[in-house]
Amino acid sequence: MAIHIIDRRLNPGGKSLENRQRFLRRAKSLVQGAVKKTSQERDIKDVLEGGEVSIPLDGMHEPRFRREGGTRDMVLPGNKKFIEGDYLPRSGQGSAKDSGPGEGDSEDAFRFVLSRDEFVDLFLDDLELPDLAKRKIAETESEGVQRAGYTTSGSPANISISRTVQLALARRIALRRPRKSEMDELEAQIAECIDEEKRAELVAEFEKLKAKSKRIPFIDPLDIRYRRFETVPKPVAQAVMFCLMDVSGSMSEHMKDLAKRFYMLLYVFLKRRYKHVEIVFIRHTDRAEEVDEQTFFYGPASGGTLVSSALQAMSDIVRERFNPSDWNIYAAQASDGDNSYSDGELAGMLLTEKILPVCQFFAYLEVGESGGSAFDLSDSSLWTLYDRLRNSGAPLSMRKVSERSEIFPVFHDLFQRRETQEKAAP
Amino acid sequence: MTERLFEGADWDFRTLQRIHDACEEVATKDLGLDVYPNQIEVITAEQMLDAYSSVGMPLFYKHWSFGKHFAFHEASYRKGLMGLAYEIVINSSPCISYLMEENTATMQTLVIAHAAFGHNHFFKNNYLFKQWTDAEGILDYLDFAKNYVASCEERFGRVEVERTLDAAHALMSHGIDRYPGKKKLDLRAEEKRAGRRRQHEEEVFNDLWRTVPKGAAKSRSALSIERRRKLLGLPQENLLYFLEKSAPRLAPWQRELLRIVRHIAQYFYPQSQTKVMNEGTATYVHYRIMSTLHRQGRITDGNFLEFLQSHTNVVFQPEFDDQRFSGFNPYALGFAMMQDIERIVTRPEDEDREWFPDIAGKNDVMGVLRDVWANYRDESFIGQFLSPKLMRHFRMFHLHDDPEERAGIRVDAIHDERGFRRVRRELARQHDVGFIDANIEVVDVDLSGDRRLILHHHVIKGSQLNETDAKRVLQHLADLWTYDVSLIEVDANDKVMREYVVSPRPLPAAA
Repeated sequence: MAIHIIDRRLNPGGKSLENRQRFLRRAKSLVQGAVKKTSQERDIKDVLEGGEVSIPLDGMHEPRFRREGGTRDMVLPGNKKFIEGDYLPRSGQGSAKDSGPGEGDSEDAFRFVLSRDEFVDLFLDDLELPDLAKRKIAETESEGVQRAGYTTSGSPANISISRTVQLALARRIALRRPRKSEMDELEAQIAECIDEEKRAELVAEFEKLKAKSKRIPFIDPLDIRYRRFETVPKPVAQAVMFCLMDVSGSMSEHMKDLAKRFYMLLYVFLKRRYKHVEIVFIRHTDRAEEVDEQTFFYGPASGGTLVSSALQAMSDIVRERFNPSDWNIYAAQASDGDNSYSDGELAGMLLTEKILPVCQFFAYLEVGESGGSAFDLSDSSLWTLYDRLRNSGAPLSMRKVSERSEIFPVFHDLFQRRETQEKAAP
Repeated sequence: MTERLFEGADWDFRTLQRIHDACEEVATKDLGLDVYPNQIEVITAEQMLDAYSSVGMPLFYKHWSFGKHFAFHEASYRKGLMGLAYEIVINSSPCISYLMEENTATMQTLVIAHAAFGHNHFFKNNYLFKQWTDAEGILDYLDFAKNYVASCEERFGRVEVERTLDAAHALMSHGIDRYPGKKKLDLRAEEKRAGRRRQHEEEVFNDLWRTVPKGAAKSRSALSIERRRKLLGLPQENLLYFLEKSAPRLAPWQRELLRIVRHIAQYFYPQSQTKVMNEGTATYVHYRIMSTLHRQGRITDGNFLEFLQSHTNVVFQPEFDDQRFSGFNPYALGFAMMQDIERIVTRPEDEDREWFPDIAGKNDVMGVLRDVWANYRDESFIGQFLSPKLMRHFRMFHLHDDPEERAGIRVDAIHDERGFRRVRRELARQHDVGFIDANIEVVDVDLSGDRRLILHHHVIKGSQLNETDAKRVLQHLADLWTYDVSLIEVDANDKVMREYVVSPRPLPAAA
């Protein structure tokens, strides 16, 4: 008997990918909630590694008519000591487990694994940079392709059949290529013709037509047209994000951890969402320096606090590298709010005169000691300063954070997609 | 001494071929099996998970629920909560068996013997499969279904199609004809008919008919109840069929979708009725083939021990008070019964002669077994062939749990002379699908009034429907019917125990 052995292992995988996407789309809000909940519990580096989430089965439940309760009869194996007529206590060991349909645990949460991409996409789904307004034609990697008429040369894949046939038809008519029906008719006449002379005449004409139709091809290489495409530059929004972090001695380990978590989120969010976002890391004590991300997140540093140094550094960098008319400029600052008393005025001036005018958005995150009661005492010097600026209408967002679990909500709050009321922020 | 089929655990495609040929020799010569041509496909773990989520079928239409099952299986597989099956076999011609690539050569032999010969023979010969399924047509039909669903999504939008399929899936277990109808299912013709039906509708469509004045409508109420029910083919227990034929406002493509889901449900109907027999047959066959191969010296003692280890795992039956217990293991029960029949046929005792006069001592083991495999389903098989010896072996007992009974759960019968028949009858009943599924049927439609669809659930032994699920399913049903639906649960004395009424949800857009 014939038998076929087939190796299916080489078939492309991911056959059920589409079903999975349908499932995720359907469960989107549930999964999103789960993703955010999970991300609070995890270490910051693991957050974006994807992994297992569990969602309530509720919306995803597939109902069936199921019966339950009533009088039940069951036959079981493994009788040891019972004899006919015995009674077993209902909830004791002797009673059999629920022998309901195997579906069971419909109340349970439904756990499954998300891939890294799926996780991050859902995680960052409703976030965006506010007011990404300045768009400019950038020089590189922003080309789109669009149709642009026809051309006489190109790759076979781009042949435009309709245009080719159209041209061929025009040419055949213009050159009077004999039609098939004409030839057939003539042939029929020849077959019917009895008169020798006339017949010879017809044959001659037929030969002439035949030769002509050979000379004039049905489709000539001349007729062939290709669809033409040309590349067009697309406007791209260029943006730069300044990350200003206070690493002075007054910042405790806990505060630094909060600040770093915040920037880590910001970093991942920008890297993933915006191809054309530059990120500048500035850390400061009583003097500021621009550092790479490695140093920013992991390098140790300590010292006094002069906020103005960081603002000055930022303003210098903007002047040198990021022309405000071409760039969307954002900044996020994290600090414990301490600043040396004498620095307040300078910082305020730098902010109002140099930085805020060129910034689309400035976020200030004040980190506090865990427990958070310190917040009730009095506002820090920086907070007071910024609060005053904000009340005078600067595009400034301010949040306080004292617990790890607050980081994501605050982050989400700051970068939430806003429909219209961007200017409403007081 | 015959040549060995393989050495060690490794195999390649030539080995598979050799294994298959050796199994085939035993299967056809020694056991006299009659099988569809075999097609063996080697797949990876991921592909196996794929197959799991689409009920084992190699191709299926797209639906989110399959994605959900895949995610679920994958999660438990990754965590090691769940092993994967060694094989999946499809009732089609050629009969397709999927083998996992991780299997050792011994396992491949076991799996080929089990699936490609055991299940294959059962599919081809059992009367239920002959009656209800069309092995030649199924793959083509699934292909048609997949393309049809995809084209509907293109034309009518994914949301609409999903809504219809969701509803159809919820009613799937009640989309089955339980009694053989006029003709055998022919899925290939079915596919052509679907096309022709649409074409015919398009050809004969003439908008003019709409404008032709109708005569005075016949008074609907004049129809007697009897006549009305007859016109609608009521009572009807196949809910999907009823909706497909009679739901007033479904679009033709929706009816076709219901039809597809219904056909697929029907295709799986025999499988749910023959779990014990199907697995019993396949296990018995693989056991016989493996033993024969070992006796012939074609597999080594070591390989045979490896086989025995997985075989005993498969036919392990935990006792009721065991942590692992979750009902009777169909492999264990089926295999034990097949072996028991072999024993009765060849070495009967007095008890067996009394209980099974027809087969005891008949000596033609395969003749008897082939006849059993062809003509029974689980319920009748257990009801006829479960022997007292086996009941004693499994130490079976029957519990009767009446919630009214305060003293507790009564032991109704045990494996003794008085109890054998009752235990056997009760176990057979547990395997009767007609008894397991809720008995729900459409009894009437209020044509003269608000077009309410009236269903009855005939409650057996006080076991009612799960409320939340019932409401959801009825919601789906109402959405398809587009008028109110009521479900009345009545007990054996026609006493109404409970009534559900559900109204259809408004359509998201004009339908």
